[in-house]
Amino acid sequence: MRPEPGGCCCRRPVRANGCVANGEVRNGYVRSSAAVSAAAAGQTQHMTQNGGLYKRPFNEAFEETPMLVAVLTYVGYGVLTLFGYLRDFLRHWRIEKCHHATEREEQKDFVSLYQDFENFYTRNLYMRIRDNWNRPICSVPGARVDIMERESRDYNWSFRYTGNTIKGVINMGSYNYLGFARNTGSCQEAAAKVLEEYGVGVCSTRQEIGNLDKHEELEKLVASFLGVEAAMAYGMGFATNSMNIPALVSKGCLILSDELNHASLVLGARLSGATIRVFKHNNMQSLEKLLKDAIVYGQPRTRRPWKKILILVEGIYSMEGSIVRLPEVIALKKKYKAYLYLDEAHSIGALGPTGRGVVDYFGLDPEDVDVMMGTFTKSFGASGGYIGGKKELIDYLRTHSHSAVYATSLSPPVVEQIITSMECIMGKDGTTLGKECIQQLAENTRYFRRRLKEMGFIIYGNEDSPVVPLMLYMPAKIGAFGREMLKRNVGVVVVGFPATPIIESRARFCLSAAHTKEILDTALKEIDEVGDLLQLKYSRHRLVPLLDRPFDETTYEETED
Amino acid sequence: MATTTEQWVLVEMVQALYEAPAYHLILEGILILWIIRLLFSKTYKLQERSDLTVKEKEELIEEWQPEPLVPPISKDHPALNYNIVSGPPSHKIVVNGKECINFASFNFLGLLDNPRVKAAALASLKKYGVGTCGPRGFYGTFDVHLDLEDRLAKFMKTEEAIIYSYGFATIASAIPAYSKRGDIVFVDRAACFAIQKGLQASRSDIKLFEHNDMADLERLLKEQEIEDQKNPRKARVTRRFIVVEGLYMNTGTICPLPELVKLKYKYKARIFLEESLSFGVLGEHGRGVTEHFGINIDDIDLISANMENSLASIGGFCCGRSFVIDHQRLSGQGYCFSASLPPLLAAAAIEALNIMEENPGIFAVLKEKCKRIHKALQGISGLKVVGETLSPAFHLQLQESTGSRERDVKLLQEIVNQCMNRSIALTQARYLEKEEKCLPPPRSGTGESSIHNQGGGPGCPAIVCFRAWWPPHDT
Repeated sequence: MRPEPGGCCCRRPVRANGCVANGEVRNGYVRSSAAVSAAAAGQTQHMTQNGGLYKRPFNEAFEETPMLVAVLTYVGYGVLTLFGYLRDFLRHWRIEKCHHATEREEQKDFVSLYQDFENFYTRNLYMRIRDNWNRPICSVPGARVDIMERESRDYNWSFRYTGNTIKGVINMGSYNYLGFARNTGSCQEAAAKVLEEYGVGVCSTRQEIGNLDKHEELEKLVASFLGVEAAMAYGMGFATNSMNIPALVSKGCLILSDELNHASLVLGARLSGATIRVFKHNNMQSLEKLLKDAIVYGQPRTRRPWKKILILVEGIYSMEGSIVRLPEVIALKKKYKAYLYLDEAHSIGALGPTGRGVVDYFGLDPEDVDVMMGTFTKSFGASGGYIGGKKELIDYLRTHSHSAVYATSLSPPVVEQIITSMECIMGKDGTTLGKECIQQLAENTRYFRRRLKEMGFIIYGNEDSPVVPLMLYMPAKIGAFGREMLKRNVGVVVVGFPATPIIESRARFCLSAAHTKEILDTALKEIDEVGDLLQLKYSRHRLVPLLDRPFDETTYEETED
Repeated sequence: MATTTEQWVLVEMVQALYEAPAYHLILEGILILWIIRLLFSKTYKLQERSDLTVKEKEELIEEWQPEPLVPPISKDHPALNYNIVSGPPSHKIVVNGKECINFASFNFLGLLDNPRVKAAALASLKKYGVGTCGPRGFYGTFDVHLDLEDRLAKFMKTEEAIIYSYGFATIASAIPAYSKRGDIVFVDRAACFAIQKGLQASRSDIKLFEHNDMADLERLLKEQEIEDQKNPRKARVTRRFIVVEGLYMNTGTICPLPELVKLKYKYKARIFLEESLSFGVLGEHGRGVTEHFGINIDDIDLISANMENSLASIGGFCCGRSFVIDHQRLSGQGYCFSASLPPLLAAAAIEALNIMEENPGIFAVLKEKCKRIHKALQGISGLKVVGETLSPAFHLQLQESTGSRERDVKLLQEIVNQCMNRSIALTQARYLEKEEKCLPPPRSGTGESSIHNQGGGPGCPAIVCFRAWWPPHDT
């Protein structure tokens, strides 16, 4: 998200320490990216200074990118770009064969559907390592998966399936946090029963005639699971955000959004018509400053006060592995009378002693979060999303949510999967299975993160976050890491620009309660080996707290030390 | 010589100074001081700096009272209390405890409780479980997804198809993947809400033309052409799109596709066609409005439809040439950033496609029923049917509006309730009145579909959905 042009905020640099004068929120310094590299060492002491808001240590760290690595990464992209231009030149003069699909002859004189440079990156960089994504699987996405083998004879422009499957690949990619992606057991049996009774579709919307008794049952359960008055479920997690935020805020309202928020939150915010301002990732000074300025200066141009302010944050950030500083966000929200929209897509089920997400993790009251949003895709092994909160909120959404009026409701067997898995987590099924899964995931997370750190990799995020990014930096290593790991029967997710800042390409592991110790040890052994092979062990064990991370300065406000 | 003269002048000046009267000297002195002051002081006065003090800021923050997060909803809001359907929404449906014949779902082909579809979904459930636990890019692509995409492309006779996990998100993601800021989209006034949201997300220039009015569309295209001639440099990079629906969700009418294709080539605008209602309904083989008119499918740049009506599953798809469709695999937001479709739903859709391919007769049966019901509905006093005879969704509207939308809606609801008492499930078409760009005339009592067999051929569970629809206030 980009800052609003002409925002009312003053452009003067603001002394970051001045912002925390309230004594409540005090967690270190904000400084510009240039200053960070100079004073990276010796900052660790700020990591846990949180003014007593936290009941447990909040250990979240981001090691600085080594200078040499950063330079080499840029050089890497430079070389790739140069070769890209060269290849484009050759293709233009038909010296190199063109593999990509082309426009119809009849429509050659239409305005080109794509801008030429728009696809430069895809054509010349992504295409080289495209085999690392969209790997088709043909089994349950559990602790191990079967991957369909494919090969390309034209440098990834097209794939051919060989018909073989790579069996038993260790799955470090799926968001199967609690291990409910299963094709046996009570959840599957219950879902099968409902499937036979109800069929798979609904063929109507909630407001018309697609409100099944199953949906009502699910919503009651979700509300009691979250500890809120009421809840509503939707057919798609992405659409839960993009179709409900516009129901909550409109023109004349202000949205304060974390810079690393998911695309669905960004889209929802845009569709709402409200003004959007972006604060630095998990940075409470930045958030407080925006809040303060918004209230003091009101709307730009009209100078009217804002109708309401909505803060959008996520529980766990899926690319950074960081956990939102919820106690501080809630303190700020209360102080400035803003509303809080918490997206728990990754954290619900995966965090907290009882699996109730980030609110549970920090031991807070769910009442303090105005809109509790989450998805069923990850921990519950199903699909869809929910919103929970006060009864008035849910009543309003029942009448005004775009999703309830215009979109087909959740499929009944999927609903049943959510119900049974959620009951299992809550212990309502009479077993301790759910609790064990939650503990297993927490143990796996700590163990895996600790071991990776010991090996000397640069690992981002919170020590309790089951999303573990391992930094690769250089573009060539993205493809190499993904391929080498698959060769060793470990399936990992690698990501680069534009999902991450250009120099911060990374691999991401998602831990699961389904991973046993042997599986993790095997995976760790292979990672260690590949890490040596590709020289990925960049860590100099200098941790930089979250607040001091360098960012691309695209955010709303610049701050100095 | 010159120096002596100058010296003499100087002496004379000093002398004059002595001789000048005192008041003169004082006056001149004051003037000189004044000039100096004018020279060195600022010519304008800066406004008082009005920075707020910390205390003032705190007071302002203290003072500010936001609006409540949501306004209160009255207990009798028509949309607050949903009908509760117990059991499957098939031919017979139990609404609020009462068993009715279902005329309210979009289950046009009766595939919702087809045993073959259920068996296929069950087999998939036993193999893959329920969820996919990932987006398509990150181990969320299953072999079933690839199969379904392949089958859809073959069925529609296009190069490629792409599936989304939510019907609404399909066209709403597809439009902004191509149309960007500065591009121009010509769109029918009656376009459904998903299209509206897609257009909003694209931030393109939107030009609305009157519903199905090709003259109006051509007028807008001509205007644009004139505009383009003024600024050819800009016109070279401004993409033009025409977005239409095959069978309009809001009106039950069919778009005049042959004319649209002519306009497309004449004015070089690409056509995006949303076929959620016409896919699996129109055409000899259910391929939708292109087959209905016998139009080469390659003339349409992109076709999107959901799999939630005729296919009775969940999700949506886009199809067309690879050159167009493939772009969405990196740019379709609802595709890239969302978990993929649960495999059991994809398997159900594949089986539904199988059934459609094996029994092309069902489309003829459906059409026959549509015609018959359309005719039967003609005679009802006070209500009129609008839309195409071929449309399986019938829109009933009041012949004479009561004059206020609210009262119209109430009256329609009353009709729906009465029908429900007589074991016929109908439903009101719901809208978000404030959000719709061009609110369709308060069509209420809508969307009735059902497995209405009407003595149809055995084993032909074709369904007719009919939507009741109301006239606008101004008619």
